[in-house]
Amino acid sequence: MTLNELKEIKEAELAARKKTTIRCCMAAGCTSQGSGDLLKNLKAAVKEAGAEDQIEVRGVGCMRLCCQGPLAQADPEGPLYEKLEPSDAKAIVTAALDGSIAKLQTGDPTQPFFAKQFSVVLGNSGEIDPERIESYIAADGYMALRHALREMQPAEVVQEMMTSGLRGRGGGGYPTGLKWQTVSKARGDKKYIVCNADEGDPGAFMDRTVLESDPHAILEGMTLAAYAVGAEQGYIYVRAEYPLAIERLQKAIKQAKKAGLLGAQIMECPFNFSIDLRIGAGAFVCGEETALMASIEGKRGVPRPRPPFPAESGLWGCPTLINNVESFANVAPIIRNGAKWFADIGTEKSKGTKVFALAGKITNTGIVEVPMGTPLRQIVEEMGGGAPDGGTVKAVQTGGPSGGCIPADHLDTPVDYESLSALGSIMGSGGMIVMDETTNMVDVARFFMEFCRDESCGKCIPCRTGTVQMHHLLTKIIEKKATARDLELLEELCDMVKHTSLCGLGMTAPNPVLSTLRFFRNEYEELLQENPYAAPPVTTA
Amino acid sequence: MSVRTITIDDQHVSVEEGSSVLDAAKAAGITIPTLCHMDGVYDTGACRMCLVEVEGIPKLLPACSTIVAEGWVIHTQSERLKKYRRITLELLFAERNHVCAACVANGHCELQTMAYSQGMDHVRYDYCYPKWEMDLTHPLFGMDHNRCILCARCVRTCWHIEGAGTKNVAGRGGRAHIITDMNEDWGDSATCTWCGKCVQSCPTGALFQIGATAGEMTRDPGRLNDIITARRKKQWNV
Repeated sequence: MTLNELKEIKEAELAARKKTTIRCCMAAGCTSQGSGDLLKNLKAAVKEAGAEDQIEVRGVGCMRLCCQGPLAQADPEGPLYEKLEPSDAKAIVTAALDGSIAKLQTGDPTQPFFAKQFSVVLGNSGEIDPERIESYIAADGYMALRHALREMQPAEVVQEMMTSGLRGRGGGGYPTGLKWQTVSKARGDKKYIVCNADEGDPGAFMDRTVLESDPHAILEGMTLAAYAVGAEQGYIYVRAEYPLAIERLQKAIKQAKKAGLLGAQIMECPFNFSIDLRIGAGAFVCGEETALMASIEGKRGVPRPRPPFPAESGLWGCPTLINNVESFANVAPIIRNGAKWFADIGTEKSKGTKVFALAGKITNTGIVEVPMGTPLRQIVEEMGGGAPDGGTVKAVQTGGPSGGCIPADHLDTPVDYESLSALGSIMGSGGMIVMDETTNMVDVARFFMEFCRDESCGKCIPCRTGTVQMHHLLTKIIEKKATARDLELLEELCDMVKHTSLCGLGMTAPNPVLSTLRFFRNEYEELLQENPYAAPPVTTA
Repeated sequence: MSVRTITIDDQHVSVEEGSSVLDAAKAAGITIPTLCHMDGVYDTGACRMCLVEVEGIPKLLPACSTIVAEGWVIHTQSERLKKYRRITLELLFAERNHVCAACVANGHCELQTMAYSQGMDHVRYDYCYPKWEMDLTHPLFGMDHNRCILCARCVRTCWHIEGAGTKNVAGRGGRAHIITDMNEDWGDSATCTWCGKCVQSCPTGALFQIGATAGEMTRDPGRLNDIITARRKKQWNV
């Protein structure tokens, strides 16, 4: 693929645009409610009306307001149609033809939920057809790769990533550029690139959204990384629970190979890179990088102690660069627009944007992307619309089972790595679960502890048996069978598991308990019982 | 060969480059408690008994699988570490059915010895009392999952000393357990060579010789290390 060919594809794609485009959401949330049939019916209705030269019907990635799906929107300036049935297709097409609004449930595309979003990662989500490479190229796709391969040295690409200030979006927040530099400097005949798409936190669906909406962006990001560090083989480790993402990735890899954007002599440069998919079999712990690599190697997916870090000794002992889906999705925009552009977004220490999946007791369930440093309140109350049915927000849980609960009176906290950890939570991968006043925080802690107990791999003792005992103690408290002594035991055990576990799963497993204890200790204490064996108080006559 | 000079529990020690903290401690005559470590097979850092503090590093590090760096100041016996070790042992005793008085390994058990040496005199957690089966299908050896602490020494021994690859770990979390081949009865195993090395490697009464009395259940895991060393040094006629 040459620059001219890229441009030709883009121009042909833009020239084929019609006066009106009806975009229909084809991400997992909407397809599970029948948007596949809706898309089919929309295409049929356009054909029936003989309006094929006026209207283009495009299946697109996530349109973000998942709770109102299936969604469709007629451009330009058409309303956002919500909760559609496949039978609504005809009305939408008719309205689009005469410029009116169909009598269906509509949403305001200028409401804060949309207006306050800032798209870097999700720029193409809901706009392009994720199943067609031409659609991605029309949105300047693969231009960053072309630019890097022809105009930049690998070291310059690494430097660009360092300057951008991007930090790992999987939750750790390690500077991405620094990781790239370590791998690029590591000695080894072979190096590997791994994309961690084993998103497993309960209530998190950001990476799934990116994979389903813009798979080529991940391929381009990984290829750029491969060029920067000198790798020839990449793996995307994606969980089997994401069949649509797998299907779209497979399609995208096939298209990219055919177009000479993957494989040998990419863009006619002396640079080879292939990507293969590895499908996870359902273990949460395989999202931990050393367990993930063991799984790719065909071994039992259990973590091993670090160091050595994957950057020195990863897959089959070779230097390996592991980044999360969202991190890779940031790469092409950074190279395309420059590191400075990216570094101007966000806060001093947390650059760029962050994608969050809003779930739980919140009016607007869905996907939002906001600049780092946005106050939690803006995300939860303004964009998310607060708790539904007149309820009040009690707490927000970030970071999944490794994170913590942030109480409502801390909602003015800006979302960045440091502020969230100061509150005993973490940025995490971006799951945000909102709780209202009907939620008991001890229940929440037990829910996450149950998750960690079931997902512990069983290798190290603190995590394997500590989570069992912590869950047991929490159950005792909830069943009003526990005394103050049990709470003491629980706190001691939290401290021990946190500091002695082998991997991140165990080290962070006590976090939901610790953070709810910190802010909602009264809810624990209310459930405690008097110790029936306690010595009677000493009374002086 | 270059040398690393470190301080362990206020003692200055010089060790070869590439030595683990555990090796360095041994050289200094300091005992760090271990359960999953066994000389002769690679370390997994799983039991967390050997965690030590290194000044300037916030995380606790497993002595068995941490390579020393120049100038490290290491503490192996702080009150905090001792407390964590006791809790680890308490958790193990509460996890399965470790009833010493009725165990074939009574008196020859590393877990029992460890509990004594670390001062773990009672368990504050509720016992789980799981119902685990025994595998008594093999003519020579038996496996009692109730006594297993999942150190996986038998698995590593079977794969890396005997090279048979019979033993493995299956299941997750509290349901993790040692299996034979593809989760078959030990007696039906086509790969087991009946060498008994796994029994030698077991720190508890989980693996045992059928018919042996508790008094005969002495083990010699050092023997396994000797085999590996002899192979490496080609000492065939010793």
